Amino acid sequence: MTTAMLSTTESQAASDESSASLAVRRPLRRANPLASTRVQSILLLVALLGSWEAAVRFFKVPKHLVPPVSDIVVALWRGLATGPLAKDGFWYHGGVTVAEIVLGFIVGSGIGLAIGIVVSQMPRVEALLEPYVAALQSVPKVAVAPIIVVWLGFGIGSKVVIICLLTFFPVLVTSIAGFKAVDPDRIDLLRSLSATQWQIFRKAKFPSALPYIFAGLNMAAAFSVVGAVVGEFVGAQAGLGVLILQMEAQADTGGSFAVCVVLSVIGIVLTALLRRIQRSVLHWMPADTSQRTVNV
Amino acid sequence: MSTTRERAGKRPDYISVEGLSKHFGDGGDGVLALKSIDCHIEEGSFVTIVGPSGCGKSTLLRILAGLLDHSIGRVMLDGQPIDGTRRDVGVVFQSSILLPWRTILENVMLPAEVLGLPMKPARERAMQLLHMVRLEGFEHKLPRQLSGGMQQRASIARALLHDPKILLMDEPFGALDAMTRERMNLELQRIWMESGKTVVLITHSIPEAVFLGDRVFVMSPRPGTLERVLPIDLPRPRAMDVMSHPTFAAASASIRERFSHAASFD
Repeated sequence: MTTAMLSTTESQAASDESSASLAVRRPLRRANPLASTRVQSILLLVALLGSWEAAVRFFKVPKHLVPPVSDIVVALWRGLATGPLAKDGFWYHGGVTVAEIVLGFIVGSGIGLAIGIVVSQMPRVEALLEPYVAALQSVPKVAVAPIIVVWLGFGIGSKVVIICLLTFFPVLVTSIAGFKAVDPDRIDLLRSLSATQWQIFRKAKFPSALPYIFAGLNMAAAFSVVGAVVGEFVGAQAGLGVLILQMEAQADTGGSFAVCVVLSVIGIVLTALLRRIQRSVLHWMPADTSQRTVNV
Repeated sequence: MSTTRERAGKRPDYISVEGLSKHFGDGGDGVLALKSIDCHIEEGSFVTIVGPSGCGKSTLLRILAGLLDHSIGRVMLDGQPIDGTRRDVGVVFQSSILLPWRTILENVMLPAEVLGLPMKPARERAMQLLHMVRLEGFEHKLPRQLSGGMQQRASIARALLHDPKILLMDEPFGALDAMTRERMNLELQRIWMESGKTVVLITHSIPEAVFLGDRVFVMSPRPGTLERVLPIDLPRPRAMDVMSHPTFAAASASIRERFSHAASFD
C-alpha cells in the first residue's frame, strides 16, 4: 500500500513537471520525504500506544485513572456495536452531537458571514461596530453556556446556540478582513466596465474574500466540536458529552477515552470535509497558499 | 496611408478637456496632481501621453475613464460631460488585473457578462481576440500559469471584447520584454487602423510614444501640466524601421530634450 501511494505521488509529480513549462510560480514537489515521514509518524503512534499499554500494566496503574489501550479499544468496540437508537451506544449519542455541531456550525457561521458581508459594504457601520466586535471576540463564549442552558433547556437547541456563538465570531472577523483586503484594482476593473454594485460584489469582492472566509470556517469547525461537548457537559439529555459524564460517574475511564476517540474522529472528519470543499472552491489557488490561509 | 491631417470628417473635439485641475486631499495638505490641462482629442485618432513619474498622467487617464472625479474644469466625451464610467470605453491598466479564479477565456469574457452581451458571439469574439494576441491554446489556463507578458496580452483582449469606441491604456506594455513590446505596438496600430477607435495611451517610452501617436502629449510633473503637444507626421502603417526616419529621430530628440532638465525620468 505504501509503495502504491508512493508511485501515485511520483507520477503526479512527473505530470506536474511536464506542465511546469507553463507554470510560473508553482513550487517543486518532492515525493519521497513526504511518504517516508508518513510512515514514520504511523510508527511513532504505534510505539506510543505500545509503551502506554506496557507502562500501565507494568506499574499496575488503577484502571479508573489510566486505562490500558486495550480497554479503550474494547470500550470502543462495545460502544460501536450498538443499534442507532440504543441509549448507551455511541451511534445514538454521536448522532445527537453531530446534529448539534452541523446545525450550530451552519447557522452560526452563516449568520457571521451574512453580517460580515453586509457590514463590509457599509464602511461607516463597519467603523461603528469594529470595537464591539473586537471586544466581544475576546469574551470567552463558553462562560455563558450555563446561562444559555437555563434559557433554552436541556434539549438540542441550547447546544446549537452555544455553537452558534462560538462559530459566529471567527467567520464574522475573517470575512470583514477578507472584504477589506480586496485588491482595489479589481474593483476599478469592474467599475471601468460600468458594473453595478452587485456585479462588483459577485464577480470581484466575494471571490477575493473567499480565502479569508475559509480560514474563519476552519476555525469555526474546530470550535463547534468544543461548543457541543461543553454544552452537553453543562446540561443535556443526550450526546457524547453526556456519555462521558455518565461513564466517569461509573469510574469507566476506558469508556470516556473511547468517547474522546469518537469525538476526535468526528472533528477530523468534519475538518477533512471542509478542506475538501475549500480545495474545490479555491481550486485556482496554488496548493501551498490555500493551506496557508488557515493561519490568517 | 492616412495621417492626422487627412482624417477629416471626424469630430476634432471628441474628447475635450478644458481647464482641468485635480487636487488630492484637503486644503493645504493636499497635492495638486493636475493643473489647468487643456486638450482636444479627435475622434479616431491615436494620442500618446509621455511624461516622468508623478506627472499625473495616470490621474488624467482615470478621469477620462470616469473612475475619478476632477476638481476644476470641464471634461467632455462625445459632447457629454464625463459623469462616471461608460460602456463605450475600454481600459487597459498598468497591471493585467486578471481575476485569478477565472480561466483566461473567462477573464476575457468578463465585459460581456457585466454588460449583458449575448454570450455566444461574445465567446467567438473572445477566441478571435485571444488568437490576435497570440494566446490560442491558453484559453483554459489560469492566469497564474501564464507569464506576465501573456497576462497583459490577455488583459488587452479583455479591453477589446465589447468593441469600445475609446481605448484608454495606462502603460500597457511596460511589463513586456522588448521583442513582445514591439510586436504589440504593431498589433495595436493594426487594430486601431482597422477599427477606427480613439486611443489614448500612456507610456514611459519615448520611442513607443512617437511610434504609435498621431500626436504626443508631453507632460511635466508637480503639478502635472500638459507642456507640449507634438504632432507626428509619419505615414501609416508605420513599420519598425520608421524609427530610423529623420522625422522620428527629430521628434524623439525634441521630447527627450524637454526632459533633460527633469532628472527623474525613468
